[in-house]
Amino acid sequence: MEKVLTGVHFMSGDIACAEGAIAAGCRFFAGYPITPATEIAEHMAARMPEVGGIYIQMEDEIASIAAVIGASYAGLKAMTATSGPGFSLMQENIGLAVMTEAPCVIVDVMRGGPSTGQPTLPGQQDVMQAKWGSHGDYEIIALSPSSVQEMFDLTVEAFNLAETYRVPTLLMADEVVAHMWEKVVIPPAEEVKVVNRKKPKNPPGKYMPFMPDEDLVPPMACFGEGYRFHATGLTHDEYGYPRTQDSDVQMRLVQRLCDKIRKNADKITHVEGKMLDDAEVVVVAYGIVARAALSAVRKAREQGIKAGLLRLITLWPFPERHVAKAAEKAGAVIVPEMNCGQMVREVERAAKTTPVYHLSKLGEEPHTPLEILQAIRRYG
Amino acid sequence: MGGVVEHPFAKYLRTAMIPHIWCPGCGNGIILNAFVRALDELQINLDKLVVVSGIGCIGRSAGYINVDSFHTTHGRSIAFATGVKLAKPELEVVVISGDGDLFAIGGNHFIHAARRNVGIKVICANNFNYGMTGGQVGPTTPLEALTTTTPYGNIEHPFNLVHLAAASGATYVARWTTFHVHMLTTSIKKMLQRKGFSFVEVVSQCPEIYGRRNNMRTGLEMMEWFRKASVIANFSDPAKAEISPERIVVGEFVDVEKPTYEERLHAKLVQIMKGAP
Repeated sequence: MEKVLTGVHFMSGDIACAEGAIAAGCRFFAGYPITPATEIAEHMAARMPEVGGIYIQMEDEIASIAAVIGASYAGLKAMTATSGPGFSLMQENIGLAVMTEAPCVIVDVMRGGPSTGQPTLPGQQDVMQAKWGSHGDYEIIALSPSSVQEMFDLTVEAFNLAETYRVPTLLMADEVVAHMWEKVVIPPAEEVKVVNRKKPKNPPGKYMPFMPDEDLVPPMACFGEGYRFHATGLTHDEYGYPRTQDSDVQMRLVQRLCDKIRKNADKITHVEGKMLDDAEVVVVAYGIVARAALSAVRKAREQGIKAGLLRLITLWPFPERHVAKAAEKAGAVIVPEMNCGQMVREVERAAKTTPVYHLSKLGEEPHTPLEILQAIRRYG
Repeated sequence: MGGVVEHPFAKYLRTAMIPHIWCPGCGNGIILNAFVRALDELQINLDKLVVVSGIGCIGRSAGYINVDSFHTTHGRSIAFATGVKLAKPELEVVVISGDGDLFAIGGNHFIHAARRNVGIKVICANNFNYGMTGGQVGPTTPLEALTTTTPYGNIEHPFNLVHLAAASGATYVARWTTFHVHMLTTSIKKMLQRKGFSFVEVVSQCPEIYGRRNNMRTGLEMMEWFRKASVIANFSDPAKAEISPERIVVGEFVDVEKPTYEERLHAKLVQIMKGAP
């Protein structure tokens, strides 16, 4: 069976995500059923054996992420997929993956919350949790797909980023992009860019598992390769040994875990700008909401309003520079989100003196183009 | 003469991690010794062994043993180990952790790994309480025992770990105390030679934290209890394997073969991949 389903397909976002993972080299999936992410698990259950990979349904989401980290340390590219309640359960071990620098991908198909909330409706209520959900200081990478095509493309990219920076990478999808069916173009296998983690150049005995290279990322040995290394969630030195009482070690470690993302933020983050050059009112949106926002911006232009769209493809690290640049020349920034106001806080910070208006929508389908157009008229 | 002779087991330990964190009189050293002795007697390939632990005093063992090792979050060692074993079935994956880690916060993972018969090997140090945090009640604390959170005596019924393991589907189940070093080593050797989910409970002394609150101030006094109370009842009903002041039932309880998860998975993979164009 093909590992990369090259060709033009009509598929759902959840299936495209699973195919993206397989194309990126994912060979381990552990998960637990949850609406609206279940179809990813179902598709993985069917497809993993065809490509020689492992699918396991664990007893809960905590076990799923733990098994994913274990498989990653055993050398496989590994993923799990969930929604809000499961994402909450995973938070502690997302911190473990950050601390032990385990490359892995976590998909959160966001629905309405808090708690059990609205399992079948879309939400964008977990985007701050994506950044801050686990305790302690850390940086993470989170991507936001707006289409079924991007459920494929950004899943591939999530694996590449996870492998490059040895960091758990999140795909923050929503119920609409996950359940929507659209055209997806899957390129030939040789055209899918796939990145694999750096392996140690030093032989066993000379290898320090947490000694970074210049890019602040340590090469990664895996279990069974003869390195006999130790990894722990405790504060550890470059040998991987616990040093829980040593403030220098803690500062060095945690600062590096943050810096390896912060200092590479320009390489990691990307956005899509539409009609921004002369925009007087800028809509900053992400996920499915950005689709309605683009439609609204086009309609505004037809009506002679100089509107533009900045679509955030990377949510974390926050594309601060891009937002600042777009906001600088504008008179107003509008942030439509399916929450009570989350990324808008980051936008406000980056936009500095430009007024920022939030357009909240909860509990139903995403914003319509008309709703966003009305906001453009009101604030523009 | 003179000079320093290296301990024959030194190669199994990360000397940079020594001294260990354990209290004087603690049973963990005995368990680690039995484990290392089993590795030595079987001449296990140390490059293909992974030791995984959770949080707690015995959880630090993963750091002390000089093999690939991972110290997970509290309770999650078995779930992590499941990922390792399925990803690389040729590895021997051993979980060494405590009763609180494996059976309170991690209890769900234990029963499901046993049910699936994932070929991981679990050694549990049962010291009747949460030692590292200063001696709180746990899922194995005997009725009426005094701990920092049961100052009037424990009112919770404890788990019978060997009964739980057997009922959940473990294919090798044994219980010993730290007094039974030879039998313990033999059981660890057996579990390392089995394919399926295997479980060895080691009743262990925690004199500094548990014993001193329960009229056993030293490790020796606790081991004296183990010596006097232990009754070997191999392949007796694990449901009746009590641990009480008067009687500690030890021995092997289960030793059966059944296909492991990874064997069944591999068979399926071969079948599916053969059918694929």
